[in-house]
Amino acid sequence: MLRSKAFSLLKPIPLMSGQSNLAYKLTHPAIASHGLHCHGRIANYRQRCKTCPCNAGRRTISAAQAKVMAETELPGILILDIGGTHGVLENLAALLKKHFHLITMKEFLEHKKEMSKKIQSVFVFEGRPTIDRELLESLPNLKVIGNSGVGVDHLDVKMISEFGVKVTNTPHAVADSTADIGMALMLASARRLVEGCQVAVSPDTKCFAVDWLGVEVTRATLGIIGMGSIGYKVAQRARAFDMRILYHNRHQRSQEEEEAVGAHYCEKMEDLLQQADFVMLIVNLTPETHKLIGKKELGLMKPTATLINISRGAVIDQDALVEALSNKVIRAAALDVTYPEPLPRDHPLLKLNNIIITPHIGTATVQAIRMMAEEAIANMLAVLNGQPIPSEVCPK
Amino acid sequence: MGHLRTCPSGFSLLLQDMEGQELPYVLIDRIGGKHGVYEDHVEFLEKHFRLVTMKEYLENKTFLSKKITAIYMWYYKPVINEELLQSLPNLKILASSGVGIDHLDLNLLSSYSVKVSNTPFAVSTDTADMGMALMLASSRRLVEGYQLAVSPDTEYFPADWLGAEVSGASLGIVGMGTIGYKVAERAKAFEMKILYHNRNQRKKEEESAVGAIYCKKIDDLLQQSDFVLLSVNLTPQTRKLIGKRELELMKPTATLINISRGLVVDQDALVEALQNRVIKAAALDVTYPEPLPRDHPLLKLKNVIITPHIGSATKKTRRRMMENMTESIEASLAGLPVPNEVLQ
Repeated sequence: MLRSKAFSLLKPIPLMSGQSNLAYKLTHPAIASHGLHCHGRIANYRQRCKTCPCNAGRRTISAAQAKVMAETELPGILILDIGGTHGVLENLAALLKKHFHLITMKEFLEHKKEMSKKIQSVFVFEGRPTIDRELLESLPNLKVIGNSGVGVDHLDVKMISEFGVKVTNTPHAVADSTADIGMALMLASARRLVEGCQVAVSPDTKCFAVDWLGVEVTRATLGIIGMGSIGYKVAQRARAFDMRILYHNRHQRSQEEEEAVGAHYCEKMEDLLQQADFVMLIVNLTPETHKLIGKKELGLMKPTATLINISRGAVIDQDALVEALSNKVIRAAALDVTYPEPLPRDHPLLKLNNIIITPHIGTATVQAIRMMAEEAIANMLAVLNGQPIPSEVCPK
Repeated sequence: MGHLRTCPSGFSLLLQDMEGQELPYVLIDRIGGKHGVYEDHVEFLEKHFRLVTMKEYLENKTFLSKKITAIYMWYYKPVINEELLQSLPNLKILASSGVGIDHLDLNLLSSYSVKVSNTPFAVSTDTADMGMALMLASSRRLVEGYQLAVSPDTEYFPADWLGAEVSGASLGIVGMGTIGYKVAERAKAFEMKILYHNRNQRKKEEESAVGAIYCKKIDDLLQQSDFVLLSVNLTPQTRKLIGKRELELMKPTATLINISRGLVVDQDALVEALQNRVIKAAALDVTYPEPLPRDHPLLKLKNVIITPHIGSATKKTRRRMMENMTESIEASLAGLPVPNEVLQ
């Protein structure tokens, strides 16, 4: 799909012929406008590479030699697979190949001795490959694990850092598409869109009942739990629907940021839960947010309220949610995430009629998937080139 | 609250308001059920009107026909025809629910000097919300995704299952009235590039407030939009506004969203366009007829989502509509300017 503002997160800055690692500058409007990610600085490669050690041994070579050199000198990157059910998408693999020598898990396992020293990075796509101690021990030159996506709850960051390996994620690439899914779920749930589609196409439908009603989104109260980048973008969108916006966050945002979206801070999550018509969860999953929403929290919500989850399944106590939905303690739920994914086919959540579930598609757009790979590549290259890392995830 | 008194004949109740004035007789189709006036609206209505159902009217035409001064048309019922108008000599106003009036013969009504009112403002935000809901659901393949998430056959979620982004895409609004403008306000927050086509260009301030660019020619809008949203009213000029030619002007990656009336789109042309991937997808809250016949090709296509005309279907909005209609009727009967009057 053509976008009116087409941009790539990676702007190439070719430095000199023969240079095997093309330096890239990470550009993104979000970084430019919202300032810097807490752990990194925008890499300014042009400046840095003047003093970079790789400039030291400059020599004259032919273009063909340069090409051969470039290919063999590309750092090795481990991926699960290309294509198939869980592999990296073909077009993303093509992007990776511009900067890395791709090694699939199969190749690695078949030629461990040869490959293990070559691998300097791992690209984790949709949570795969699994990073365990055994793998880390077998990759002596591993420098970075580049995760596609912002959530890293599937990675043991502490353990990984003990091996001197850095972890990076992609907070900028995911923000718009995930905020959009939050809005999509809120609207679909409130207006009973999925049910409506079923009525519209059902062979049994003879007429449309005029007393078939949903609930309003415009002017309703939205409570955002977790006002990070994604949460803030949700607030920007919700404001256009004239929604009253409450938010709960570890820290209060600045007054300007609050005023820009008309958001009111609730230091106590309970205050937010009691007032909101829609409660949207946009936190990352940590030990602190595990089962953040349980029986008590659901009990505090209005009986007319809807719970929307675009964070991680484990942020909600699922059993408590089943009970709350069955007993109409809350009106409805809309979940892009569950635990596990997919749910077992006999799970009670699948049988309720006041819930919609989507298959974790928060970043499932052509544009976002590409941007995530670009952001991951930029982060991994920054680590390998010894540059400031835009989105490093530090162990707590 | 009016008080009840049985008149000497014991036949009908004489309802009076606080000043002892008789409440106006207002014809409705029925109360309750799938198509009637909502039961929980009746209490409010009965403070203002003596409601007369069609059944009651037909059983006692002689007495009631002269008493009825207004018709409260809730979702196209009761149906108005010449015969009915002839038999209601004192009919002053027909209050119609919703904003669309394409189901009314305005010439006929005005020939009987009957005023008409609708409820354009009450429905506007809900309908704009529905437009956004359909655009997001279609683009992100929400309904398909839901089916995948709950299907008994699902073992895993495939990595290559993708939709398309709404944020940053271009939206072409055909019909920038109250509803169209509210769609633009919402779309702006998604950083969408907004084009619009309208009978008249909006004021500069209105355009800049939502960042909307006027396309005098609908073709320009069709050629540039990732999403084309129809929010016109149905008139002879807008009937089949979107046909084969217009669909072919659209991008093959574009989605058509209709929250106006089914007849604004040439449905046969739409079926063909969707089957041959001339456009990517469609999301329709309205069709012609409603519901579609159960064997209609639109129901079988994978790249369409259809909702059962629920653009204004929320409790609060329907209540506001009812209150607006009450206001219009009362103003008309009092000889005052009628809010939401439909002028010819």
